[in-house]
This record gives sequence, C-alpha cells and structure tokens, in this order.
Amino acid sequence: MYKWFHQLGSPPTFYRWSGLWLPWLGITCFILFAVGLYGGLVTAPADYQQSDSFRIIYVHVPAAWMSMFVYMVMAISGAIAIIWRIKLSEIMMLSCAPIGASFTFLALVTGSIWGKPMWGTWWEWGDARLVSELLLLFLYIGVIGLYSAIEDKRKAAQAVAILSLVGTINIPIIHYSVIWLNTLHQGPTVSKFDNPSIETSMLIPLLIMALAFKLFFGIVLLLRARNEVLWRERRSQWVKNLVGGTNQ
Amino acid sequence: MTEFLHMGGYAAFVWSAYGISAVVLIASVLLPIFEKNKIRKRIQRMLQEDQD
Repeated sequence: MYKWFHQLGSPPTFYRWSGLWLPWLGITCFILFAVGLYGGLVTAPADYQQSDSFRIIYVHVPAAWMSMFVYMVMAISGAIAIIWRIKLSEIMMLSCAPIGASFTFLALVTGSIWGKPMWGTWWEWGDARLVSELLLLFLYIGVIGLYSAIEDKRKAAQAVAILSLVGTINIPIIHYSVIWLNTLHQGPTVSKFDNPSIETSMLIPLLIMALAFKLFFGIVLLLRARNEVLWRERRSQWVKNLVGGTNQ
Repeated sequence: MTEFLHMGGYAAFVWSAYGISAVVLIASVLLPIFEKNKIRKRIQRMLQEDQD
C-alpha cells in the first residue's frame, strides 16, 4: 500500500497518469458545464422574489464553494508537504494558490454584481461574509507573494505551508458568518440537506454546476502541477526522453 | 430568445456576471497550457546546449 502510494507520488508516474486522465476529465467537465448552464439559464424558473437576477447563483455559489474547498486542499497539501516531505504535495499546494485566488475573485465580483440590484449596493464593509471572503483573497495573494519573496525555495515552501495552515481559521468564519452575524448576505440555501430552501428544478442545475467547477479545479490543478513537475525534473532522464523524443 | 436575453430586466447584471466568469475560467485553463509549451521549449533549448 505504502509502496503503491509512493509510486503514485513519483514525478514520472504522476506525469503519466495525469496525462491519461486529463482528456476524460476535460470532456466530462465540458458536458457538466453545458448541462448545468442550460438548466440554470433556461429550464430553471425565475425566482418569485428576485426574478431572473437569481440566475447569478449558478456561477456565484459554485465559485464561492470552490474558493473555500481549494483553500482546504492547499492547506492539507501543505501539511502533508511539511510532515512527510512529499514533493508532489508541495507542488499541489503551490498550484492551488492561483486557482483559489481566481475562484475567490469570481465569488466576490459575481456577488457584487448580484448585490447591486438586490441590496442596492456593490459592497458593504459591515457584512462579515463579504469581508471574510475578501480576506481569503488576500490570503491567496499572500501565499503567492510569500513564495516568490523568499529566495530559498525549500524555506519558501515551508513558510507558505505554515501561512496556509494558519489561514484555515478563516474558513469556518466565512461559512458561519451568515448564521452568527445576520447582516446583508442571505443565509445558506443548500447546506440544510434535510430541507433545502430551494426548489428542486433550481437546485439540480446548481449541484451540476458545483460538480463542473470541482472537476474544472481538478483539471487546472493537474495542468499546473504537471508544468511544475516538468520544470523541476528537467535534469532527469525521463524528462529528457519525453521532451527530446517525439511522443507527447 | 429576446426574452431570454432580457433576463427579466436584469440582463446587464446576469450577463456581466456570466461573462466575467467565462473569461476567468477560460484564462485559467489556457494559461497553464501556454506555460507548458514555454517550459518544453526551454528544456529543449537546454538539451541542445548540452549537446553542443
């Protein structure tokens, strides 16, 4: 088991299997996006309170969920990188940061665009959900900045892992901010699984979009990690064979 | 169709949110693909310099 795990984490093996998986992940993700968008923009009925403006939910909520999910993946990869010194998990951690930052950016921007017609304002400093999500963006930017600022890349990776672990405190704050502090942002609609306060025909496209976003993250993570692996291993024989030869 | 594009009067908000999302997501996939080609070229150049 351990041997198998270790082999999966070896750079050439990772590079090979991720290359095999990527096209299939890509096709599945594309189909999910197509179905989810059709469901969200066409088949789902307009909301009785928010009319068609609620359709922003199909990009806003998946992006916001992913902004937190990617952060957890980044922090856990960082912990694994520190404890077991697995190079691949360090690469995963570093590849997560820009992806997480773009999801967070999307969640903030689409939320702002949704907030304008519904709340009458683009931004509200007093809202805990909004401010903690902005803090998340700064955490991602901090991770990227810290890594590039420290010359010794081994130390830089350790510092980044610690920063991302400390930053996980922000995740429950984001999640519970709408329950603990009742401000502008609306409460959760989906996470009350026994009785979600959303119509099924509206909920299903949202779940499909969430799945599409998750797969999308997996794809971009693999693409970024593969690049990093290729560059770090540039002196090794397998990369020389790969790049020197005609095959992929 | 016009009704669909109209989005119940919220067209500007809905379509700008989807437009920005599309741009960010497409860029997220394309950037590492371009990056890969750059890395391969850099490694190829390295290998050639080693041979010379």
